Amino acid sequence: MSKKQIKTTVNGVEHEILVDSTWTLLETLRDQLKLTGTKEGCSNGNCGACTVMVDGKSSCSCLVLAPEINGREVTTVEGLADHGHLTPVQDAFVEHSGLQCGFCTPGFMIATTALLNENPHPSENEIRLKLAGNLCRCTGYDKIVRSVQDAAERLSKA
Amino acid sequence: MPNFDYEAPTSLASALELLARAGENRPLAGGTDVIDQLKGNRRHADLVVDLKRVPELLTLESNGSGLRIGSAVSCTEVHKYTAEKGGFPALSESTELVGSVHIQNRASVGGNVCNAAPSADTIPSLLIHEAVAHTASASGGREIPLIDFFAGPGQSVLEKGEILKELVLPAPSNNTASTYLRFIPRNEMDIAVAGVGSLIEVDPSTKVVTKARIALASVAPTPVRAYAAEEFLEGIVIDAAAIDKTADLAVGSAVPITDVRGSAEYRKELIRVLTKRTLNICLERLA
Repeated sequence: MSKKQIKTTVNGVEHEILVDSTWTLLETLRDQLKLTGTKEGCSNGNCGACTVMVDGKSSCSCLVLAPEINGREVTTVEGLADHGHLTPVQDAFVEHSGLQCGFCTPGFMIATTALLNENPHPSENEIRLKLAGNLCRCTGYDKIVRSVQDAAERLSKA
Repeated sequence: MPNFDYEAPTSLASALELLARAGENRPLAGGTDVIDQLKGNRRHADLVVDLKRVPELLTLESNGSGLRIGSAVSCTEVHKYTAEKGGFPALSESTELVGSVHIQNRASVGGNVCNAAPSADTIPSLLIHEAVAHTASASGGREIPLIDFFAGPGQSVLEKGEILKELVLPAPSNNTASTYLRFIPRNEMDIAVAGVGSLIEVDPSTKVVTKARIALASVAPTPVRAYAAEEFLEGIVIDAAAIDKTADLAVGSAVPITDVRGSAEYRKELIRVLTKRTLNICLERLA
């Protein structure tokens, strides 16, 4: 085991931290930086509960080693809202009740934000395909899809 | 997670030096397979060598002679590049099938190859496009036709201290079409029960097949080529009967096992159906 000194920007804040070479980004976010919005689900890249953005790309933080983010920018669900003002994606999920228990929601927020950055006007099929890496075990997918569709509209008007 | 050290070299020479050291040293590109395997004790590492900061492994370029894909280039990048530039439709399609978007953003095509899963979605596409694996090691490197790269499930012919440097694919002619299809129980995010990649090149005036390549996933200990099916197609004009016969021959190249994802018989039937479908898609694209 070895410790690595890394510099990383998380939600716009620079951190210089010592990480264990075997920690995942998920562990560093939750246990070290206390950003517990990012959830641990399957821990093997299937469920998407731990989705964050690394340099703007949605990624499963359970499959990223903490030292890999040296010099990279990470965005978690805590980094979306601006001083308490929710983003159009977050507003749309609230409006359409795009959540039930809420455990998958941070991952869906990040995945949706990344999707709409890439493709501002996805079709329903594209939404379902591109969000297939995020599982909702309450199975409330229709409301999630409606939330994403509405978020796309809100963003196009913003 | 079991113990290991981590290094992120910034040159190929230092990556190779680290990997050649005593112990079990494992290269990491996207990490989407390796990190999960380390967590589950399915692979061991004393040292993980992150290759994503090695410029020589981040090449993604094409010219008249073909396409070069550095081993650390992500599926997302390869998908976008090939979708825009054209010429390798099967590869463009299969790089969009590997796991989820979040996986594609990190997983490299080179890693999909080196992980050597018989079910790997990008491998049939690379095989039909005649990819050559260029390796690097402290003592030099080798050029290995991709079909000779696999030694068994999860095993490649890479030796200690040797890594995949890049995949080199010759530019196909304009009269070439390719595609990859897999069968999974849902529409996305699953491991292929069986997969087929097909490439055909035809003479534009006579419609005679001048080149045929068919590769199969998840039906043998390694990805395989359906040589008998390819040989049958070359030199003929494809019609419905020829497609049926080709599908029969492709099934003959499949030696699947029965497991949780499907029975051997079911997988053979999938090869038949997917071979027909991929050939029909190629023909539509050539029309």
